[in-house]
Amino acid sequence: MAETPMPLWEVFIRSRSGLPHKHAGSVHAPDAAMALQAARDVYTRRGEAVSIWVVPSAAITASDPADKDALFEPTASKIYRHPTFYKVPDEVGHM
Amino acid sequence: MTTSFSEPGREPAPAGKAGTAPAMPLLAYTLALADDALVLGHRLSQWSGKAPTLEEDIALSNLALDLIGQARLLYAYAGEIEGKGRSEDDLAYLRDEHAFTNILLVEQPNGDFALTMARHLVYAAFMQPFFAALQHSADARLAEIAAKAVKEMAYHVRHAAEWVIRLGDGTEESRARTERALDELWMYTGELFEMDEGERALAAAGIAVDRRAIRPAWERTIDATLAAATLARPAERWMQSGGRAGRHSEHLGPMLAEMQVLHRAHPGVTW
Repeated sequence: MAETPMPLWEVFIRSRSGLPHKHAGSVHAPDAAMALQAARDVYTRRGEAVSIWVVPSAAITASDPADKDALFEPTASKIYRHPTFYKVPDEVGHM
Repeated sequence: MTTSFSEPGREPAPAGKAGTAPAMPLLAYTLALADDALVLGHRLSQWSGKAPTLEEDIALSNLALDLIGQARLLYAYAGEIEGKGRSEDDLAYLRDEHAFTNILLVEQPNGDFALTMARHLVYAAFMQPFFAALQHSADARLAEIAAKAVKEMAYHVRHAAEWVIRLGDGTEESRARTERALDELWMYTGELFEMDEGERALAAAGIAVDRRAIRPAWERTIDATLAAATLARPAERWMQSGGRAGRHSEHLGPMLAEMQVLHRAHPGVTW
């Protein structure tokens, strides 16, 4: 009996309001509602989440590791783009 | 009730109407709820390592843990009500089959995944509105336990319903198995709504929930789920009964034997 494998979904969870969703892993599920359920059961057992996103893995376009040098190396030496030269006054507190 | 071996310091369960069930209504009520949760929780734990997918293996274990957690809270309270110093473990592991007062539905074997999900839909669709009502119990402890459990059961209903919908409106095989599951389990659904004299008195006192009042909500959930699953509701039929009086199907004994053997082999042991 031939079985259609279930699609793969990438799971992103947000642990606290205001923080970005972080990639937590992936689940196999037949559809979006079941993917959400599976993500809830697999990745939020220990109170990790206030929000879950599931995205079909096929919808994600990823950069090719072979292009690493072309995409990312040039920026390493452009320190004038980094926000590290501004001294935050103490009165401002944590930014 | 006699046990097949004697343990120093252990008293037999107090005798009641069936010769084995406790006589005090509040104790009996709390124990019955605890037994429902423990037996179903144990049944679900039997799927560990054997579920159809990795995700579902973890999900079923989560559901089992929710139920066992409810059982622990209820057994702890029951032990206090009884006042004989029996702990959660004593009540869970040292009572024999005839002292258990769970409904027959929860002790049925897991069968295939369709049967497990159908059984869970039937149970959770009842227990969610039940706990929602029990939150308003005149008994503060039961209300507190119910407030926690109702949130858990909301997810249980959703999980079971989503699966029943996909299994029913699925392949020919999943549909056939789901129809068969509902047909097999339907005669156990009546017991959810049974109330004996003690429970009716507790309901009149605002402590227990009127089970019959839960029926409309239960039927709405079942009907909506079966409609989405493109399944017909099984025909009305004679309903099984007896679990609340300690009269069980042939399945509970072996299940308890397996569940209790470790504790009974090492009485009083702690981790």
